[in-house]
Amino acid sequence: MAVGFISFAMFKFMGDPVENMLGQEATLADKAELEERLGLNDPIIVQYFRFLERALSGDFGVSYRAGLPVGELILDRLPATLELALLSGVIAISLGFVLGVYTAIRRDGIAAHFIMTASLVGVSLPTFLIGVFLIWLFAVNLGWLPAFGRGETRSLFGVDLAILTWNGFKSMILPAVTLGLYQMTLIMRLVRSEMLEVLRTDYIRFARARGLSQKTVNFGHAMKNTLVPVITVTGLQFGSIVAFAIITESVFQWPGVGLLFINAVSFVDIPVMSAYLLLVAVIFVTINLIVDLLYFTIDPRLSVSKN
Amino acid sequence: MLRPVDRVGFEVRAGEILGLVGESGAGKSMCGSAIIGLIDRPGRISGGEIALDGERIDNLPEDRLRRIRGKRIAMVFQDPLTSLNPLMTVGQQLIQTIRTHLPVSSGEARDRAIALLEEVGIPAAATRIDAYPHQFSGGMRQRVVISLALAAEPELIIADEPTTALDVSVQAQIMALLKKLCRERGTAVILITHDMGVIAESTDRVAVLYAGRIAEIGPTRNVLSTPSHPYTKGLMASTPSTTGTMHALSQIPGSMPNLRAIPKGCAFNPRCEKAFSVCFKDIPILEPVDGSEVACWLYDPAVNPETKEISGVSE
Repeated sequence: MAVGFISFAMFKFMGDPVENMLGQEATLADKAELEERLGLNDPIIVQYFRFLERALSGDFGVSYRAGLPVGELILDRLPATLELALLSGVIAISLGFVLGVYTAIRRDGIAAHFIMTASLVGVSLPTFLIGVFLIWLFAVNLGWLPAFGRGETRSLFGVDLAILTWNGFKSMILPAVTLGLYQMTLIMRLVRSEMLEVLRTDYIRFARARGLSQKTVNFGHAMKNTLVPVITVTGLQFGSIVAFAIITESVFQWPGVGLLFINAVSFVDIPVMSAYLLLVAVIFVTINLIVDLLYFTIDPRLSVSKN
Repeated sequence: MLRPVDRVGFEVRAGEILGLVGESGAGKSMCGSAIIGLIDRPGRISGGEIALDGERIDNLPEDRLRRIRGKRIAMVFQDPLTSLNPLMTVGQQLIQTIRTHLPVSSGEARDRAIALLEEVGIPAAATRIDAYPHQFSGGMRQRVVISLALAAEPELIIADEPTTALDVSVQAQIMALLKKLCRERGTAVILITHDMGVIAESTDRVAVLYAGRIAEIGPTRNVLSTPSHPYTKGLMASTPSTTGTMHALSQIPGSMPNLRAIPKGCAFNPRCEKAFSVCFKDIPILEPVDGSEVACWLYDPAVNPETKEISGVSE
């Protein structure tokens, strides 16, 4: 609701769409007629509920620039962003988790120190810089991977996905790595510190005092206990992967909703912008819901006894 | 190099309960961790040896030591609320421990786990086995911890303050349980505590630790009724008693030295009323006195001319 109101408020305060739509030669009569037709003369509260009602049924209005329904535009672009976010999320979580556990168990090893130092780079360099650097290295110099675009796509259940073609997958690698690198280092550092924390607990000492093997202790007992905080942050991070995709998509010219949004901003295409804002909010809320549900499957202390 | 435990030597026989008593930081828990080979880095055993059933175990490779842990030497920790993995059921933890040490199927391990829980006094063990640790009370959790320690029938149990975190009525139950199991199975127990009451009630012999060294070791009754070391005397004088007249408890002046600043000679010398020249130069070694062994120069006639007089007083 709150985000809905903000997106709606953008209509009211960010320029006059009527002027943009009519052009410079329009008369005042034209303008009045259009305003009447668009319902802009109704009270704000009426307009707001009309906006909400339409948004709920998937109608976000018509893009000023493309002249197409916004819902259609976004739906068209959404698979590209989601598949990119998913791939980079998978990279970030799996690699971040493995490296985090490794650096926690071998915390005095040379490799662990190296990984920790390298992770500082991942945390501190801005996304666009990493993106440009990766393009320079793998696309320009080595020529292994394409520098921009989405490559070929293949349709699955009516959704065009790049990951299903070799060419498309190759195009996805660089943006996915760029997008996921920051999240990966973040997850890795979090897993590491959580793991170190858990390894100091009494039940780990007790597990070791019972003669359980190092492997059982580390992976059976310690790792599962790091999951709850890690999942919380990972969930939030996945939301920001979708949001951060704006930068990565514009660096790699990836035709997703982020790029759509950037273009919309430069043309003050407000229906697109507000719909995007709502979409990101919905994604965040959904992820948080999933995260909360995951807690219950991991931590038995949270479920209320059935008896 | 800091020595939290220094030249401590003792033995425990099968079926015997040995108490390790001392103030916080006296090195009690470190002794326990050393025996089971679980000293956290950068700590290490820099000298001496630990033997189990005549076989030296302190120099074994980690893999063989691991097979001894839980199987032949088990440990019970202080806080039952944090000793169990919160995300696994009691049964999962028991079965995992049993199957680590014994070649049994998971069904057999489960039966064994239920029998163990019954043995430590958990009611309705067959259904409680699938409960998570948080569904047990503190006392019940400590019973579960003990059942885990007993899972592979160890020869020695090191109980590191097993009742400190429990309330008093539960403390007595847990101690009674430990004593019973020890007697029935002929298990040796090293009971680490700072509670003189627990020592008096439960142990056969007691070692008094001070600043990482043994001050006095001997049969519990002997040490408690006729303490010889000035530190043990001070400890006994500061323990409240329900018999006799009421009077203010005496205190030992000062506090135990920091590990970085253990005084030369006897570590107790700054707090000892009877300290004399040798006490500030050389570390005393354990010598038999009145049926116990005591590390105190007062009992060495070669350096202390008053020895006769003192032993005359205590007779």
